[in-house]
Amino acid sequence: MSYRLNYLEELEAEAVFVLREAFAQFEHPCILFSGGKDSIVVTHLAAKAFAPGPIPFSLLHIDTGHNFPETMQFRDELAARLNVRLVVGKVEDSIQRQTVQEESGPNANRNRAQSITLLESMESFRFDAAIGGGRRDEEKARAKERFFSHRDAFGQWDPKNQGPEIWHLFNGRKNEGEQFRVFPISNWTELDVWEYIQKENISLPSLYFSHQRPCVKRKDTILAQSSFLVPHDTDELRDLHVRFRTIGDMTISGAMISSSTTVSEIIAELKEMNQSERGNRADDFRSESSMEDRKKEGYF
Amino acid sequence: MTETKDIIRFTTAGSVDDGKSTLIGRLLYDCHQIPQDQIDLVRRISERKGSSEIDLSLFTDGLKDERAQGITIDVAYRYFTTEKRKFIIADTPGHLQYTRNMVTGASTANAALILIDARKGVVEQTRRHSFIASLLQIKHLIVCVNKMDLVEFSKEAFDQIVSTFQDFSAKLAIVDVQFIPVSALNGDNIVHRSENMPWYQGATLLHTLEHISVANELNHIDFRFPVQHPIRLDNELVQDYRAYAGKLESGIVRVGDEVIVLPGNQASKIKSIMGMNGPQEEAFAPQSISLELTAELDISRGNMLVKPNNQPEEVRQLSAMICWMSSQAYIPGRKYILRHTTNEVKAMIKSILYVYDMESLKRDEEQTALQTNDIARVSLQLAGPIYIDEYRKNKATGSFILMDEQSNQTVAVGMIS
Repeated sequence: MSYRLNYLEELEAEAVFVLREAFAQFEHPCILFSGGKDSIVVTHLAAKAFAPGPIPFSLLHIDTGHNFPETMQFRDELAARLNVRLVVGKVEDSIQRQTVQEESGPNANRNRAQSITLLESMESFRFDAAIGGGRRDEEKARAKERFFSHRDAFGQWDPKNQGPEIWHLFNGRKNEGEQFRVFPISNWTELDVWEYIQKENISLPSLYFSHQRPCVKRKDTILAQSSFLVPHDTDELRDLHVRFRTIGDMTISGAMISSSTTVSEIIAELKEMNQSERGNRADDFRSESSMEDRKKEGYF
Repeated sequence: MTETKDIIRFTTAGSVDDGKSTLIGRLLYDCHQIPQDQIDLVRRISERKGSSEIDLSLFTDGLKDERAQGITIDVAYRYFTTEKRKFIIADTPGHLQYTRNMVTGASTANAALILIDARKGVVEQTRRHSFIASLLQIKHLIVCVNKMDLVEFSKEAFDQIVSTFQDFSAKLAIVDVQFIPVSALNGDNIVHRSENMPWYQGATLLHTLEHISVANELNHIDFRFPVQHPIRLDNELVQDYRAYAGKLESGIVRVGDEVIVLPGNQASKIKSIMGMNGPQEEAFAPQSISLELTAELDISRGNMLVKPNNQPEEVRQLSAMICWMSSQAYIPGRKYILRHTTNEVKAMIKSILYVYDMESLKRDEEQTALQTNDIARVSLQLAGPIYIDEYRKNKATGSFILMDEQSNQTVAVGMIS
């Protein structure tokens, strides 16, 4: 035995430590489950952290109502297979309650509304911490995230006033009504996630692999054709062989032309490719600091 | 390569305008770690600002307020990977008021990269950053003498800085110091060897980072296992399972090993080790595992498993070097919660022995107040026992944080010595 961990083993050990700290320090944490690869990996790590016992967290899904059917099916099957409780917070319900106003206009989507529904769901299900698949390499606002990230009673992130996080001594103390976000895979990159998926043979929604579907080409972005999209005059409709690099809801997840049908083909493609992971996300494109602004409001 | 590729964590520190952002940007750019769409974006911004060259510092640009002020406020983490290693950079701001950020960035680092402007030489901030790196027991220091293009790539200028630095660093507890003359702006000696400095025979920055040995930093001698939480199960599949989850902070443990539980000194043996891929015969730091014992003991979060013949020291008071992190000054007599590994105990500062003057790095024994960014030696009184090693021997069992009971903030971090 060499008594050395390679990078994936070290990242795994660190993430499991963080998950166990979340379990020990919070009363009622949940995993924020989007159906994307990062939250699937976090769920997989949670299964390992508490083995041979069950995952001691519920999965919380914030449902914009504009989902890919593939994601929903995967979500339900995974929850059943792991025997974890799945709870769903619906943006539609927030709209009914009039705490959220539906966006209008040609680029309307429910991305910002998710933040409000998330906070409402945390409150109604009494969760005091949400564990997510956010990674520091995703976006510049996320590069400064802590493993344990404090949110005030309004769910707001204050990037200029974050507590120090030093060694592995996480401070999860909070006042009544305040919450935390926990990011076990903070130090992973997109490639690390894919290499781990390969190593652990983790199953993913079929959307991540090349398939043929009706798409809408809008400038440089390819979106899945769906009834949720507000049509533009300049839209080009085409049947394309695509896969999705990140999965949000149908209105914001940009597809990429790809013929990769396996994890190892995707890894090879990623190493070749030279585009940012979120470069195709309509939600990050609204302004140079849109992620930072949304995070301050309570977005993940 | 995947099987043996390891991780090295390093922190970067420099003064204002010594080109730290440019250096990191250059490192990522020359390692082809920046996606094309970001390069295009930065090129457009550079052109808008009237520059024909791409401004590499923009790649590490952060939050809105930082862009407005043109400075870095908080530690930012960045990643890149080569065939040999995965790199995690804790990019810390260099301003005086942000000492606490450098302490944070340095806490998990294997190496510290210190930048010196070749025109200015060793300045106060250089001394301060090196001092903090030494305090946090970083074993490797890489001193990049930057902007060599502005001193005509002069060997004399470089040698002068090396000599000044060595004079003062001799007093620091840093094992390995390497000096590299670079120009981040032009890429000299960052990833590619410089043709402008044939007199320099050493390695480039990337080569140096790829070859620093971090293996010997892991302590595989002293078995320390702080319990995060118990795992109890009794169902159809698993009967009467009772194990303790935690990360092996140091040492090695095998099935059958005798262990004792602190506090209480109850003895038992390791019955099973549950690893990430099922049961295993032995485990080593820094693996996350669950340990099952042969005896039924009452063990909870905050307890520590150790071996009978190799134990940490039990203390109820201790002397430590602390960095005051809170924006509020220390209020004498106030009680705090001290977190040490997974254990928590109430604590108060009994006395402040001295505070470092961060300008001169001399001890000020007259000072009795603690302000943000102060580094001080204090003695602490604890409400119960904790089990410690010296920080220089074991970072995990030699460190702690102080949390304010009312505001819940982490107000100070400490190293036991």
